[in-house]
Amino acid sequence: MNFKGRDVISIKDFSREEILYILDVAEKMLPIAEGKKKSNLLNGYIMASLFFEPSTRTRLSFEAAMKRLGGNVIGFAQPGTTSLQKGETLADTIKTAESYCDVIVMRHPKEGSARMAAKFASVPIINGGDGAGHHPTQCLLDLFTIRKEKGQIEGNRVALLGDLKYGRTVHSLAYALALFKVDMVFISPPELQMPKEVIEECREMGANITIKNSLEGLDEIDVLYVTRIQKERFPDPEEYKKVAGSYRIDLKTLENVKEDMIIMHPLPRVDEISPEVDETKHAAYFRQTFNGVPVRMALLALVLGEIK
Amino acid sequence: MKELKVQPIKDGTVIDHIPPGNAFKVLKILGITESLPDSVISIAINVVGKRGKKDIVKIENRELKAEEVDKIALIAPNATINIIRNYEVVEKRRVEVPDEIVGIVKCPNPNCISNTKEPIKTRFIVKSRQPLKIKCYYCEREPEDISSLIM
Repeated sequence: MNFKGRDVISIKDFSREEILYILDVAEKMLPIAEGKKKSNLLNGYIMASLFFEPSTRTRLSFEAAMKRLGGNVIGFAQPGTTSLQKGETLADTIKTAESYCDVIVMRHPKEGSARMAAKFASVPIINGGDGAGHHPTQCLLDLFTIRKEKGQIEGNRVALLGDLKYGRTVHSLAYALALFKVDMVFISPPELQMPKEVIEECREMGANITIKNSLEGLDEIDVLYVTRIQKERFPDPEEYKKVAGSYRIDLKTLENVKEDMIIMHPLPRVDEISPEVDETKHAAYFRQTFNGVPVRMALLALVLGEIK
Repeated sequence: MKELKVQPIKDGTVIDHIPPGNAFKVLKILGITESLPDSVISIAINVVGKRGKKDIVKIENRELKAEEVDKIALIAPNATINIIRNYEVVEKRRVEVPDEIVGIVKCPNPNCISNTKEPIKTRFIVKSRQPLKIKCYYCEREPEDISSLIM
């Protein structure tokens, strides 16, 4: 499999086999990601990290991934310090950045921005989130986490909980899980349900989908993927409080769950998971965050052609 | 007594087989009422033809160009364009929805990169022709009322 020069814009650009291959490479990166083994695999390469929107985990883990492999990083975390402030187009910024680096990682508030950047750049573009669009590296690290925690992706019953209408990570994740024909339960308030197109697409791909509005039935779940319900989706703050409260995960909601059920969350969380849950064996979200490093190391090494 | 509902034209374009009720939209897309203020344009709505009802638009002294035909194809995928010279049909073109629609339809997503000052044209991938379904190449939005988005 040759990934050299490839853009990483959407999880849909990758086949099931390619996804598994990326996860295999990420697995091999684990000792380097943990700092137990040193590597100079990407020595001499430069990654431009262009973050037009705030990010903690995506930006830091990409930079850590590049540096763990001996590569260098240039870039910005605030567009306020760049010529964009003077009215420069994204196209021009990309054409400038590509002349200084070997790979570009970007996050931008507009949907389709990474797809457009890929048109203008001759170096690979890795999408670190484009508005409400795609976030393929999050999706890959989610799959990596499920496989690492549960042994395999197939055969699990995965519940996606929270804002399923607007949450960009859950749409990509649902698609990717459908590629593995995973049984899924979509749990959300009625006004934040998974879009019909996503449900239909997953069903057409052979996934078994159940739609629910409450937390009942968590005892059948192997992986509970929690997302944030955003306040701004509700015109009435009281309504938000009521809805958010009824989907909150705490020790009581976990009373009857399977022993080995894991809870994932793309983070940042607000109060959808009570901090007391962090101490339970179910909490996998901080391990999930760490997994961003080996997965992003794998992608960088693959698109730069140092691993084939 | 035979009565001609719409008179034949000497030179120009006849757009036939427009879905009934869409003649005005075709005119709007072509922007002809503004660009040809002196041209005579005849419209027939709900004409009963061999294959049911249809609309017909006749534009005198104006031969439609290919890129204009593409625009029409979005709301009248089965339309035919007849070029008339001296009362004779000299050319008959069928409109066909292309595989990609570039620079014709505006993306309805206000947050799409194609709705900014970036140096790109709007671009849609045609997912299905019957019924017409298109998807923004950039943000992947699938607009419903395509005719209202024609630029």
